[in-house]
Amino acid sequence: MLPRRTLLPLLLLAAASPIAGQGTRIRVPYTIDTLKNGLTLIVHEDHSVPIVSVNTWRHVGSGDERPGRTGFAHLYEHLMFMGSEHAPYPMFDRLLEAAGGDNNASTWGDATNYFESGPANALPLMLWLEADRTGWFLPTMTKEKVDLQRDVVKNERRQSYENEPYGMAEIILGEMLYPAGHPYHWPTIGYMEDLSAASLDDVKEFFRKYYAPNNSTLVVAGDVKTADVRRLVEQDFGGIPAGPPITRSVAPAFTLAHDSARVLEDRVQLPRLYYQWHSARQYAPDDAALTIAAYVLTGAKNSRLTQQLVYELQLATDVSASQGGRRLDGDFSITATARPGHALLELQPVIDGELARLAREAPTARELAQAQNSIEAAFLNRLERVAAKANSLNAYYYMTGQPDFFQQDIARYRAVTAADVRRVVADYLGAPKVVLSVVPEGKSSLAAAATRATP
Amino acid sequence: MKPVRACAIMLTLAGGGAAGAAPAAAQGIPISPPALAPPAPLRVPPVESALLSNGLRLYVVQQHEVPVVQFLLSVAGGGRTDGPRPGLASFTAGMLDEGADTLDAFGIAAEAAYLGASLNSGAGWDAIQLSLKTPKRTMRQSLALLAIVALSPNFKSADVARQRELRLARILQQRDEPQAVAALAFSALVFPPGHPYHASLGGDSASTVGLDSLSVRRYYGRTFRPDRARLIVTGDVTLAEVRAAVAHRFGRWRAPQQPPLLPPHAIDALSQSTAVYLVDKPGAAQSVIVIGAPGVARTSPDYYALQVMNTILGGSFSSRINQNLRETRGYTYGAGSGFEYRPLPGPFIAQTSVRTYVSDSSLIELFKEFRGIRDSAVTPVELARAKSYIALGLGGEFETTGQVAGQLAELQQFGLLLTSFNTYVPRIMAVTAHDVQRVARTYLRPDRLSVVVVGDLARVRTGIEALKLGPLSERDLAGREVTR
Repeated sequence: MLPRRTLLPLLLLAAASPIAGQGTRIRVPYTIDTLKNGLTLIVHEDHSVPIVSVNTWRHVGSGDERPGRTGFAHLYEHLMFMGSEHAPYPMFDRLLEAAGGDNNASTWGDATNYFESGPANALPLMLWLEADRTGWFLPTMTKEKVDLQRDVVKNERRQSYENEPYGMAEIILGEMLYPAGHPYHWPTIGYMEDLSAASLDDVKEFFRKYYAPNNSTLVVAGDVKTADVRRLVEQDFGGIPAGPPITRSVAPAFTLAHDSARVLEDRVQLPRLYYQWHSARQYAPDDAALTIAAYVLTGAKNSRLTQQLVYELQLATDVSASQGGRRLDGDFSITATARPGHALLELQPVIDGELARLAREAPTARELAQAQNSIEAAFLNRLERVAAKANSLNAYYYMTGQPDFFQQDIARYRAVTAADVRRVVADYLGAPKVVLSVVPEGKSSLAAAATRATP
Repeated sequence: MKPVRACAIMLTLAGGGAAGAAPAAAQGIPISPPALAPPAPLRVPPVESALLSNGLRLYVVQQHEVPVVQFLLSVAGGGRTDGPRPGLASFTAGMLDEGADTLDAFGIAAEAAYLGASLNSGAGWDAIQLSLKTPKRTMRQSLALLAIVALSPNFKSADVARQRELRLARILQQRDEPQAVAALAFSALVFPPGHPYHASLGGDSASTVGLDSLSVRRYYGRTFRPDRARLIVTGDVTLAEVRAAVAHRFGRWRAPQQPPLLPPHAIDALSQSTAVYLVDKPGAAQSVIVIGAPGVARTSPDYYALQVMNTILGGSFSSRINQNLRETRGYTYGAGSGFEYRPLPGPFIAQTSVRTYVSDSSLIELFKEFRGIRDSAVTPVELARAKSYIALGLGGEFETTGQVAGQLAELQQFGLLLTSFNTYVPRIMAVTAHDVQRVARTYLRPDRLSVVVVGDLARVRTGIEALKLGPLSERDLAGREVTR
């Protein structure tokens, strides 16, 4: 019931997403074209249900923001719904709803995506609306619109971070792990004072710099004919001029010299422990092995940390691990919440001990197979939705240059050996980390110690 | 703050050094929205059905695009049959995959994951459901696992104790969640004690602390029976294919001698006069507002008009409530409303999270919208948009195996068949502005709404009091009065 234009946490369909393979070969047939103005068009036909999904990636994210203007890429995303020259506000939503369609968008460190879905006959409308705000966005943009969505976004920050138990942890972890100036140091939602500072001039500059067709890829998937899509896209987008070449932000290389720890008192009942390490970027050679390591630790009830902390020792209510590989860099995190009556200090030796064991001895063949099968099954499930296929085609193209990278992606996980898992745990999770304790107000005694992990 | 609508006339700023494209018309690019071809008619997939000799009803919907199969076992029962122990159905559902036959929780999890299957269980108000999504390739082994979990759970004391403690911890954590607090307090206040919806589906700490293996076994024993169960199968299968496999795994399932647990007779949840309930959350960054009343039955003839009315009021992004509170005033990240349909009429709820200092202003605007949709007819444009949004959007609800199984299960809960969707579109399209106004006047009574606000009372109380919406009291998350 609560609307959209939500900020997606981290990656959209990133590494940890999932076919139940061993023999199932996935293919998502597509065509790819580039218009004269640089706009890339990818079309995938799927006639099983009479619906269509339009998915547009703009290759700019919060990682491209400048100091003092954090949160701007996401604020700009909100403004993209505030009208364009031929579809003034609030036509975008109203026309789509009248055609039975829905829409949304999301922003993260690397990119911003916009998507419309609905009955297949609504495709010309979806493309026309997307084209109008690509070519004719600035003429109707005003300071009042910026002020209004600034308030909406500030409320998003209050709702999803400040008023949410443990909500500030994600923001603090990014600041602790990534050095100042690194594109992932600041949160996509931004800082309040930076949101306050954003101006109409910033909007104009951002539009010219990042929202040109040559910095966008458009995927159309569903019950459509490829030739029709090409004709419509050429008609609606062909006259929009290309922008200047785009320079993206780069990530400085860094290593953590030593563990660092912080304690945050929050309005929570139970203390929660966060460990985070600098790891590997998405699709880097060790990305898949780290994802499997995360599964071996906490992917199922019989995974090592879950079994130990939640079931056997009953010290924690939950524990989860994940490899968060992004375009420029990656991090690996473990999060655990203590049971009532327990302190985070009690959880640490168990986590450290299991990490040390996995750094010494490779997982069993059965553990590895369980992780691989489970990850593959999720791939297969994703193919059920045209919207998910559309977004994957865009994501794969952006990251690897190949839209139909499904099978290769699965192959990455299949290729991981038990020895790889042991090695990445020793290499990455044996290195210095950041430790964050979120504890109930006045209960800093429940916090974790700032010790080094021992793998 | 300036209303956004004024912005539409600021086209004079156009161009202004924009690096944009040349005038669209000059390039032969359409400057008005394209006319659309008629939409494809809604295709409701056919449902095949079979009855096993033990009374288990099997439904199959074929979807062959992806080699996956979705099983959904639904056993009548659920939160409505919790009796004096709220949360019992939900807890029992959660215990099913914590140990069954020779497998412990680890064994079940390992087997499911190894097969590429995902197994989930849970309780609704009217049923306990077990869901298994599996690749076609491993369907037979996965089905065997489903049968073990459904028919041979162990409910060992140690496992029950562990899960009970985990549930108590989660109940404790709900105190941190302002939206959960608002929802709990709202149910406790709107539905009288003794009504099944008075308590949370997940129970409270008092009802949970006494859960033990015996209570779970007893509940399971009376609830899990083939004559009160349905198995819905959607995906890359045929009835012939799945029937034998299901009969093999579920054919020996027998109903117990005892009669099934039946829900208690309905207690009327009468709408009370409008009252305001405040729950304190010192230092909160926002106020959570939940306003509502007991709603209406899914099988009501007014269902279709209500869907249209709510879409206009608060059920879509362009709805009046969201436009007003978010898009015009910037009070919130989002605001909306909806009728929740349950076996007994569920609540009508409007809700939002707003910046603390506009808590009172937000209440003024919400009540303005409640009165507005009653006092005057909706415009033809709003009406047409809402009807199309519902009717044309329906096709997207039949895309995945999980969606189709879920639709089927939900309809069956109300005694409806999937074929009822064949008349859904014409019935939505037949709704008139008069119908919308009539159902708004009947079911949305501004003088009979319960208002729950969870926020920093030191900052919001005076402003809300001044609105004089009705008697005002401070409550805890269980709805009990707090006196200071």
